[in-house]
Amino acid sequence: MGFLDIRNVTKSYGAVEVLHRVDIAVDEGEFLVLVGPSGCGKSTLLNMIAGLESISGGEIAIKDRVVNGVHPSKRNIAMVFQSYALYPNMTVGQNITFGLEMHGTPRPERDRALAEVAKLLQIDHLLDRKPGQLSGGQRQRVAMGRALVRDPDVFLFDEPLSNLDAKLRVDMRTEIKKLHHKLKRTIVYVTHDQIEAMTLSTRIAVMNKGYVQQLGTPKEIYDSPANLFVATFMGSPAMNIIPAKLVVENGRALAEITDAGGKPLRLGFGAGNYSAWEGREILLGIRPEAITDPEGADRNSHNVQPLHNMVTVTEPAGADTFVTMVLSGKDVIARMRADAAVHPHQPFDFAVNMEKAVAFDPKTGDRIQA
Amino acid sequence: MASASEADFRTRLQDWLPKLVLAPSVAVTLFFVYGFILFTVVLSFTSSKMLPSWDFIGFSNYVRLFSLPHWHVALKNIAIFATLYIVICTAIGLMLAIFLDQKIRGEGVLRPIYLYPMALSFIVTGTAWKWFLDPGIGLENVMQQWGWESFSFTWIKSNTMAIYTIVIAAVWQSSGFVMAMFLAGLRGIDNEILKAAQIDGASNWQLYRRIVIPLLRPAFLSAFVILAHLAIKSYDLVIALTGGGPGRATEMPATFMYSYTFTRKEMGVGASSAVIMLMTIAAIMIPYLYSELKEKKE
Amino acid sequence: MSVASQDTAVSTGRITRMLIYLILLLFALFYLLPLYVMGVNSVKPLSEITGGNMMALPQEWTLDPWRSAWSTAQIGVQATGLKPYFLTSILMVVPAVVISTMIGAINGYILTKWRFKGDTIIFGLMLFSCFIPFQIVLIPMARVLGILGLAGSVPGLILVHVVYGLGFSTLYFRNYYAAFPTELVRAAQIDGAGFFRIFWRIMLPVSGPITVVCVIWQFTNIWNDFLFGASFGGTTQPMTVALNNLVQSSTGVKEYNVHFAAAILAAIPTLIVYIVAGRYFVRGLMAGSVKG
Repeated sequence: MGFLDIRNVTKSYGAVEVLHRVDIAVDEGEFLVLVGPSGCGKSTLLNMIAGLESISGGEIAIKDRVVNGVHPSKRNIAMVFQSYALYPNMTVGQNITFGLEMHGTPRPERDRALAEVAKLLQIDHLLDRKPGQLSGGQRQRVAMGRALVRDPDVFLFDEPLSNLDAKLRVDMRTEIKKLHHKLKRTIVYVTHDQIEAMTLSTRIAVMNKGYVQQLGTPKEIYDSPANLFVATFMGSPAMNIIPAKLVVENGRALAEITDAGGKPLRLGFGAGNYSAWEGREILLGIRPEAITDPEGADRNSHNVQPLHNMVTVTEPAGADTFVTMVLSGKDVIARMRADAAVHPHQPFDFAVNMEKAVAFDPKTGDRIQA
Repeated sequence: MASASEADFRTRLQDWLPKLVLAPSVAVTLFFVYGFILFTVVLSFTSSKMLPSWDFIGFSNYVRLFSLPHWHVALKNIAIFATLYIVICTAIGLMLAIFLDQKIRGEGVLRPIYLYPMALSFIVTGTAWKWFLDPGIGLENVMQQWGWESFSFTWIKSNTMAIYTIVIAAVWQSSGFVMAMFLAGLRGIDNEILKAAQIDGASNWQLYRRIVIPLLRPAFLSAFVILAHLAIKSYDLVIALTGGGPGRATEMPATFMYSYTFTRKEMGVGASSAVIMLMTIAAIMIPYLYSELKEKKE
Repeated sequence: MSVASQDTAVSTGRITRMLIYLILLLFALFYLLPLYVMGVNSVKPLSEITGGNMMALPQEWTLDPWRSAWSTAQIGVQATGLKPYFLTSILMVVPAVVISTMIGAINGYILTKWRFKGDTIIFGLMLFSCFIPFQIVLIPMARVLGILGLAGSVPGLILVHVVYGLGFSTLYFRNYYAAFPTELVRAAQIDGAGFFRIFWRIMLPVSGPITVVCVIWQFTNIWNDFLFGASFGGTTQPMTVALNNLVQSSTGVKEYNVHFAAAILAAIPTLIVYIVAGRYFVRGLMAGSVKG
């Protein structure tokens, strides 16, 4: 049993079920990120944990207490909203302590808690200002202060960084991570940004269409995506998905694809038993960074294979150069060192790290377990 | 934890409290608006005279209503009045708005002058125009004093022309408001669209005819709906300006209903005329409100 | 409101501009004309109107018509002037405006922040009630007021104006609160504030502008109302009805100068509101028509 238990939880509006049997156990001190495209049900799930939306089926328990039907203010949770939701008519100090006031905490204690939080977040000098006089980053801090001051069991974050500009977003991301290291509190964090999910979380739940597609550590999600959705949603640029045919030669499984000229070529999988798929169509998944120039290939990999193909376009992006080619009729992106000598419309010798390659069932989209 | 899935008191309170607080307003609206409408509709099928009676006589009141010359006068008048009122207000409002939008110096002075009549009651407007249009002391007299001896303006005393004096006063009162609506619409148009059209070689006339006026469609619709419902409801202005006269020459449905119900004590006929008025307004307002509310949901 | 620039990109020639200015000025005269006529003739002796020119400035200035209109003119059967009717209007307008605005505020709060199934239908029903021809409710309303013992009384008029003013006040607050982030209400809920506390502590403190708009709209509408006053006022009539009685009275000499002074008296409260808070007045008009 976890610290925060989501057991078989469903949500329906009338006859329409929008969240299907979600089952997640969160341990104390964990940083769980719910990630997925808009409309996947991640915010609905967060609101159900908060008590802002009712639970249609299953139960949610915090510290072994079932909280279905318990008023939000009685769940000992705190929430940071996307728009920060600061009360415009109150000062920063009043904003932060409003919750304590509502819970009948005496004034001296409120002031002490406020001072502590303000110091932690470095907003001491802002306490008498109104939210309208603050910058985006300052508002963000105040919103977090309001959550911290309550000393709740669980922190809920609803896309807290999406209203900030790109640079501030990265800074605040680091800030939140530092805070989590320092305070070791249990956090459930909703975002549509897969980079935020990867960097912040101890575990990720990737959601789509009301289902949890995969629950796991960032590394598990990235390296062993459970299905095509997770594979393509997590990572940027997205994982290359190449139609292939599985052939077995001398007991070794190979993916047969075609190059830009339509000539067949084969890439061998590493370990794993693919015999059930012999002669069948599969989808080969290779992340861009697994396709490099030979010098840039991963030295620790036991299965780097050469691939000779025509280059379509190169896009230098500072630290990396993205190279596009065509495999099996699809655009495939490779991610290379900036100084790789690669030129458009010329053939190039690529190196493919097949240790990182995965295969999917084209019918169900699930990864083929080998 | 037997009642794990049952909401706690606070959650349940929060569920019904808003509905409870809203309930009186809903009840009042249902009773005083929809209940009363129903009452009047029912009344229109009875033989009520001075007091309501519950003797049902089918559509007789409606048959009688449409055989009354007064009602025909009222219908003809409302047709003339509503058409001219809506068309002229829209034309003047649009023209003033477009002109005011030409970086006019003194816009801040002109705009409130155009709009202030909207703050006045129709009774005040009616009183002012009644005496201003009076041949004895008003415009006709003024013109003759200024040396235009043959000038004659006796519309307000004329059976056929009095209805147009109501149009004049009503246009005076409402056209500034229509101007404000169009001006808001004009100011909401993205200037880059206009610049693009000018680069495409459109003349000012073409610019307004082909780009701006089509973009003002929502303002036209709102203006039409507001003016139409004001026209059908217009009662005060007629009472103050002409009192429905001379004779019954400026009778309108609203004055007809009032005099048949309360003066002539023919409540059944009065109720049926009110029902006709309501149905006309509903035919205009319901589609409009429906589309407005639906739009908002998204 | 969009933040588009105030001017159009359209440019016009010299002659066109002169023509535009001319037309704009002519219309300004047209709109000012009745006000001028009322003003000028309310400070003239009657003989200057009947025997002279309505457009001319007074040769002999007098405030007698104003005094007469206020305190001695014959209205109905009594020579009381408009004073008592002015008082009736004030006694009727103030409570009616306060009550309908307060109820409208809480209705708007519920309809936007505590949404439930069917709330749009309820709002639609309330909204449509703004636009009905009030003739349809005259007969039953007269009876209900009679039964309640409120016929011909100020409380009766207050009731009528509150009932039929609710739609607009709800509309104003609903549209205003709709733009107010719902996340704030959710945050307050998590903080432990309840239904009324959220309204008092979070919503009301930011409702200043819309309250002004709503108060102005309700004040103007109720002050200017004639139909309800004439139908249900009995002997306690509001200003508009008294003014009409004064002007329409067929007995004695027509004292035009007194009529004009009386008309201005009836118009002054709403004109003051318009001059002092014109910005809000326009916003109210627009919100009431273009849904906002």
